[in-house]
Order: sequence, then structure tokens, then C-alpha cells
Amino acid sequence: MPLLEDEKLVARLKAAGLTPAQEAMIRRELEAGGSHGLPAPERTDPGAGVEAFGRDLYAYHDLNVLQGLAAMQSSASANIRSLDELLGRDRLREQDGFPRKINVGRLIKPGRSGKEKVVIVPTTVEEKLLHDTSSRSEEEPSHGGSGEGEEGEVIGEQPVREEPPPGAAGPGQGEGGSHETESNAYDLGRILTEKFQLPNLKDKGKKRSLTRYTYDLTDRHRGFGQLIDKKATLRRILETNLHLGNIPDVNRIDPTRFLVAPEDKVYRVLSPEKDYESQALVFFLRDYSGSMEGPSTVLVVAQHVMIYSWLMYQYAMQVETRFILHDTQAKEVPDFYTYYNSKVAGGTQVSSAYTLVNEIVERENLRRDYNIYVFHGTDGDDWDHDGSESLPQLRRMLAYANRVGITIARHGRDEDQRTEVEKYVSGSGLLEEKAKLLRMDVMREDADEPRLIEGIRKLIAD
Amino acid sequence: MELISQHTKKIMEGCKDRAAAAGLRFEKETLEYIVTNRDLLELTPKLMIPTLYDYWVHDVEVLKEKGRYELYPSNPYETVINTRPAISYYNDNNPDWLNVMIFYHVLAHIDFFQNNLCFRHTWDYDFTGQALSDKRMIAQLRSENGRWVDYVIEFARGIDNLVGYHSELSRLSRPLESARARMLDYYFDHFLQNVRKVPTGTYIKEIERYNACLRQSSEHGEQAFFAEVFRKHPEFDSLYKKSLEAKAERRQDLMQFILEHSEFLAREKNRWMKPVVEVVRKTSLFFQPQIRTKIMNEGWASYWHEALFLQDDRISGHEVDFARVHAGVTAMPRVGLNPYALGMRLFHHIEELAGKGKYSIEFRRLTDRRERERYDRPHGDGRDFLFKVRENLNDFLFINTFVEQDFADRFRLFVAGRRLNQARGVWEIYVKSRSVDDYRAMLLGLLYHPPAIDIDREKTGNGSLYLVHRFEGRPLVREFIANTLLGIEFLWGRPVQLETSEAVRAEPAGPPSGLPGMHMPLSEERREKELKWQRVRYTMQDRKLTRDVL
Repeated sequence: MPLLEDEKLVARLKAAGLTPAQEAMIRRELEAGGSHGLPAPERTDPGAGVEAFGRDLYAYHDLNVLQGLAAMQSSASANIRSLDELLGRDRLREQDGFPRKINVGRLIKPGRSGKEKVVIVPTTVEEKLLHDTSSRSEEEPSHGGSGEGEEGEVIGEQPVREEPPPGAAGPGQGEGGSHETESNAYDLGRILTEKFQLPNLKDKGKKRSLTRYTYDLTDRHRGFGQLIDKKATLRRILETNLHLGNIPDVNRIDPTRFLVAPEDKVYRVLSPEKDYESQALVFFLRDYSGSMEGPSTVLVVAQHVMIYSWLMYQYAMQVETRFILHDTQAKEVPDFYTYYNSKVAGGTQVSSAYTLVNEIVERENLRRDYNIYVFHGTDGDDWDHDGSESLPQLRRMLAYANRVGITIARHGRDEDQRTEVEKYVSGSGLLEEKAKLLRMDVMREDADEPRLIEGIRKLIAD
Repeated sequence: MELISQHTKKIMEGCKDRAAAAGLRFEKETLEYIVTNRDLLELTPKLMIPTLYDYWVHDVEVLKEKGRYELYPSNPYETVINTRPAISYYNDNNPDWLNVMIFYHVLAHIDFFQNNLCFRHTWDYDFTGQALSDKRMIAQLRSENGRWVDYVIEFARGIDNLVGYHSELSRLSRPLESARARMLDYYFDHFLQNVRKVPTGTYIKEIERYNACLRQSSEHGEQAFFAEVFRKHPEFDSLYKKSLEAKAERRQDLMQFILEHSEFLAREKNRWMKPVVEVVRKTSLFFQPQIRTKIMNEGWASYWHEALFLQDDRISGHEVDFARVHAGVTAMPRVGLNPYALGMRLFHHIEELAGKGKYSIEFRRLTDRRERERYDRPHGDGRDFLFKVRENLNDFLFINTFVEQDFADRFRLFVAGRRLNQARGVWEIYVKSRSVDDYRAMLLGLLYHPPAIDIDREKTGNGSLYLVHRFEGRPLVREFIANTLLGIEFLWGRPVQLETSEAVRAEPAGPPSGLPGMHMPLSEERREKELKWQRVRYTMQDRKLTRDVL
């Protein structure tokens, strides 16, 4: 982000009149510095032989140690059939008056060499009365060791996993992993739809052709083929014989005297048929300004993953996605990885992102072929504090979009005070006027998973 | 799952002969199966017991990062299980020499299962057989009661880490005493002193009378003595019987207590739940010793696979292969704790010291360092001593007794610490302490230790169950309390209360000293460390949890 342009923007805003608090906020973001860009890959070699620090004594077992057999865990996709059963069971639990026990959508990252991927598993916890070992966290953790070294000597290092750099937390995804994400996302969407009873999409009646075919025995072919069409063949033979004068009396036809040419045989053959299905185009907009540092980004992106998954399921994988990041300017990024992992920095201008979406839709004439969804995640800060630039763009967007969902992950520090975006969106009356098209969900930045899903329901419910 | 080939079985039989000759004691019959990945998928959730009852949580990936091993007393990936006959699992394509090594390892495990007293309660039956009949029973109940069976299993499993494993052992390992002797103890220790509150003179007279009776007739003396007691105190008999019952009850764990006293479970329509709870309890009891002897068990098995493999004449030519695998299993990690490595070294160390007679009182009396070093008076074979250790100890006793400074120095053991280097943004692993006391404390701190939850019988009086967590410096995992208590309430049928300790972030003690009007910032560290504990009580009533501070 060229700083010069930011300064220009600030000057313009100032001319339009700013309260001291707003100016302070803008200054804070400007001065925070930092730059966007993907985080550096994690170090793979954390130092000689210290990885086992903290590894549980009881995690060693004969099958692995002696025979090299890995601990087996069936993957979620292998379990997907029993998943239905599990979710059904979970619903029954609620009926019986017990809390639900199955968690899904947990995104874990196995592997340490940057080849991390999104894995979706149904998980549960067997709750018991247990000693809380983590409560001793005020003490330093200690573990066993052997070998040389004086007391106090540092013998190795571990990367601090618990506190990843801002914006990098979560399901970062390595190269070649995108396919995996898709199929997993489909499963997750299914689970979300079924478990959380997220609404199913209505058929919008906007059917557009896809380059997808089903094959059917519809075309006819003479001479050879898969299945003989008796009626058509007979008609053909009759015609030929009439021409040949082989039928003296039309009222008394003797089929045994027919001359049958190979050309007369009509067959049905397999042929590709165009299929029609609704398809979706989803714009994900993420505010990656400096103020988004920390949990708000994690929250927004986690929610976007889930929305993406849900749409993936709803549209039977026929979902196209566009990812847009914005600070004071917006840019489109090619993939989810970049979208997810780009670091936060810079100021905030929500209208830039909305403008870009409108431009893309217009330029590519997308409104004709797609159901368009726009999801925007922000912390609610906007230099354009009265929405004078954002709102017109939003209005334009609502003219074609099937749904615009705005997620605001409010910072703890603005507990009582409503954020700019929140203020001007609700002030505009659009939420009521276009209640079917525009939704807004405001949550605290420390919201948990159920709250996130609740938010999704709010954003996408009919 | 299929049995190993005849060829491999023959190797196993050869191993058995050699192991038995070396002094290991185990039942002759064993079963060895080849397992594929597919088998493992089915076996691991069932803790390698092929006949364990079905339960839906087995189909779900249970969150296992935190507290995995606190939750379960069993390791789901063992090669050998403690059944009759013992069953062990093998990879399809192990070469023969590797199988020899694994067989020795397995045989040592079996020897450990069948001789270590912590496993005493598993000796008299075959767990797989019992599990199979339990599984069928649960399947039958499930066809009648549907998902409610799973709720009962779930709630029973919620408290299955609180089973009275030690009282079970103590019941089995109690020295045989006659009923008469127990009655005698009760008469003199309790009845005369606490019930009748007789003066000392009378007490002594009774002792004299007892002795006189014995002198008259050593066989019928006691009988004559008690005939007089019954005549004098007609209430004695019933009081004595009551005391026996009370004593048995005091030893009940939470599950037993619920089984016996829950009105809910006693109802006709709920009676089927009892055997389900019983199954969960038995299963838990079966696995309890496993996790409490992890270091010993693996150490013992590693010790023997090394000793026996090297003597085995059938595998010559594979010494290097063996060395490579063996070192992989038992190398001391630079940082981390490997139970195989640690246990094996400790057994070696003990054997050496015992061989020199260094576990004798005589040696302990020596104070001169050089004399201690030179001391070498064999009091028998070091290995005999090892067998005694194998028979009588568990991990806690093993570590607490034998991890000494000599041992730590010999293998250069230290406590590794981890601290944050903020400048570089990494955790630094460093040598925290080389003192054996710290090392031992660190080890003991890592051992499995479920919380002690007692039943307060007096407060339980009016229908609600009152549980008391005996606080040992660690609080309970708070987010688990609600659902666990919910389960207990279900089984108990009435409200449940739990008293435990929780941390309060205390205000820093004393006003900060400083000049008036001057701000004295407290150091961040100090604020963190001031933890105070307070007793709190959770009440679960009608599936609602409330908490109050006592």
C-alpha cells in the first residue's frame, strides 16, 4: 500500500470533517506500519532433537515402536456414512434433554513442513472429572532430558506454535492441497447443513447452462448403435419397400416379403445432454487492515471457510469463488491460501472492496449467469465513517446479489460503542428495506464456534 | 485377523522355551494374530480387545491432544493384551529375526501381566471372554432400550476413572485372617473402647480372661471366651455385623455406591441399567494397572528382549539389524521421556546394584563415599532382586524408590525446561536442573493420577449425593464438570453436589509500599503467581449446574 495515497485519503477525509476519536483511529492504523504479504514459511527444523519436549510418556506404544505400525484413525471421509447416524443421534440427544456432544468443522493442521491441510473431523470429548494439568501454566513446563549440558544451558529451540504470527493462524494450506480442501469442504458443508440445520437454498429458477452433460439414449442413428428402435425401423423399412414397389396392396401387407437394407435399421445411441443447474458465485471480502490483527481475522476467515463449505454443498460443488482483500484499496487475490494468510496492515476503506466487486460483476457480466453472494468480514472500523462512499456501492450491489452478508467481529475495546460499519449500515435502513438481500451479524471477536455457526445462519437464512 | 503361520509359531514356541529357562513365568498358551491396517482400524477404538462392547464414541475421533492419557487408563495401541490366553498382534511382513525380538518383548509383557501384583485382579478370568458376553448383553439391552443404553454407558464412563482400583487390589491381597480374629479385633479395639467405654481395669481384666481361656484350651479357648461375651453383651453380635457392613461400604467407589444406593437404578424399569454400569466399571478396573505400570512394563520387556535375543542361537547374522532396531526403541532421547529407555536403564541399574548387595541395610549404613563405591558383597543374584521388583512395584514406587542421584549421574539425566525467548520468538529448551530430586518430582508429576473423589455419607443423607474432591494441588478441568455431574445426576436420580477447590486470582497481598502519590507498578510476574485456592461447591439439579463458594 503506497503510503502517499493513504495520506492523500486522510487529507480528503479531514477536509470533510473528522472527530478527534476518528482521527485517532486512523492515525493508529497508519502508524502501525506493517505490510501485507504471506507469512514466511514455518521453520521445519526446530533444533536438534528437542521435538519430543512435552511428548507424553504414555504416547509410546509397542505397535509403533517395535513394528512401525502407525496408530490408525479412520478418516472423516471414511466415516461419512456413520456421520449421518452420529448427527442424527446428536439431534436425539437434544430431544432427550442432554447437551450435544459432536463437534464438527474443527480444522486441524497435521504435518509441520508447511504441507498443512484442512481436515474436517467429527470430534467429541468424553468428559470426566480430571486434574487440570494446564492450570500449572504459571509454572514453566518441564520434561525429561539426557546428555551433556550445564544447568541453564540452552540446548535447543522450538517455534512458538501457540502464538502464530497475526493472520497466519488457522488452516493454512500448502501447495497441491486445494483439491483436498474442496472435497473436505463439501463434507463440512453437508455436516453444517444437517447438523446445524442451516437452511437449504431455494431454487431461484435462474437456470443457466453448465458445461456438464448427462448421457442418455436419446439420439438416433442409422446402421448401427446400442439399442434398436423397433418402431422407427419398421417405419423406415416400410418406406423403402413402398419406394421399391414391393408392396402391392397397402391394405394387406406381408412382412415376410420385406426387403431390409442395413441402412433401414434405426438405433438409439448414447449422447451427451446439456444439464441445467443453478450455480453460485461467491465473493469473499476480507478487511486486512491493521486493526484486524489477531482474533478478528481468525474469526472472519473461519466463518468464511464454513460459508464456503456450506455453499459448496448446496450447489453440489458448482461454486465459484472470488477472493478480495481490502485495506484502503481493494485487490483480488487468486486463491484461498493467499486470501487466508495475507497479513494485516494499513488503513480501512470498505467502499474500495464494494466498488471492486461491482466492477468485476459488471465487467464480466456475471449477473446473467450466476447466483451471486457477497460475504464481507471486517472489524467494523472504516475511515469512511458515515458510509457516504460505501452505501451507494452497497446499493448497487444489492441490485444483483442474492445475498450480501456482513460479519463484524467487534473488538473487545469497542464493547459499548457501535462500530462505524454497523452504524451506517443500520442507519441507512437497507437492512429493513432489503431484508431478504442484506444481512449483518455482529459478534465479539472472542466468539466461539457455535456462535460462528449461529452467525452463518443469520447471514444465510431466508 | 488370522493366526500367524506355523513357521512363525514354531519360532514363538522356541522363544517361550528360552524365556522360561531364563526365569520368566507365563502361561504356556498364547495366541498370535496377523493384523492389517483394516483390523487395526477396528481394534484401536476398542483398546485392542476384539470383543469389547460397541459404543458410538468408538466411531468418532475423540479429541486426544489434551488429557488423552488422563482420560483413559489404557493404551489403545498395545501389541499384547492381558487375557487368557494372552493375545498379541503382528505386522504381516516382519522378518523372522525381528519376530524373535518382538516375541521376547511380548513374552516379558505377559510375564509382567501374570506376575505383577498390580494385575492381581485380572488373573482369575479371561477378559476377552467376559467382554464378549458383556457385549452380547449390551447388544440385547440396546435392542430393548435403544439409545438409552448409550446414555447409560456414556454416564458410567464419565466416572469410570474414579473406580476404586486400589481397594480392589487391597481386597485381593489382604492376608488371610479368620473370622474369629476379626471379631476379636472388633471386640477389643472398638467394642470395649468405643461402644462400652469400659475403664482400663475392666479392659485389662478382659485381656486376662482371654489369655486364661486360651491357656485352658488352645483349640476351644476363643469359643469359650466369646460365649461369655455373647452372654454378657447380647447386642455384640448385631453390632459386630453392622460394623463389617459399614467397613465394606466405606471401601465402595462412586460407581459401586451408585449401584447400591441409587433409588433411580433400583426402580423396576431402570434395573437393566445396573449391569451396564457394572460392565463399564469392570472394563475400567481391568485397564487400571496398565497405565500405572507403563515405565516398568516397557522397561521390563525391553530388558528381556535384549537379554534373550543376544543369547538366542537362531538369529546369528542379524546382530546389526537387531542393534539398529533396539537402539531405535531404547535410545535415551536428548529431550523427552521414553518409557522403554528409562525403564530398561533403571532395571539394568538396579540389577547391578543389587548384584553388589547395595540394597542391603549394611550398605545404607555406610557413610564413607569411597567405601560406598567399593562396596561389593553379593547377596545373591541381581536378577532375583529384579524379579521381586517386577512382582511388587508399580511406576510410582519404582521411580520413587530407585531413581537416585547415582542413576541420574550415570545416564546424565536432567530436567529440561522451556522458556520463551521473546526477542527471537521461540521457545528455548534448556537444562533446568540436574538434581535427582527435581528429576524424580518431574517424573512423578507426569504419571497418571486421577483425582480422588470421596462420597460424604453424612451430607448425602437427604437424597442428594455429596461428593468431595480431595484437593492435591491441582484443580479439576472445569469445563468437564457440568456434563460429568449431569451424568451422575442421571444415574443417581437426585441432585448431585461436588465440593472442590478452584483458584482465585488474589489481590496482591499488602499495599504496595512506595512514596505517597507515587505509582508503584507490580511486576507482571508476581501478579501471575499469586494463586489462592478456595473451596467451591457445584450443584447439579434438574440438569442445571450452579456453583457457590464455600
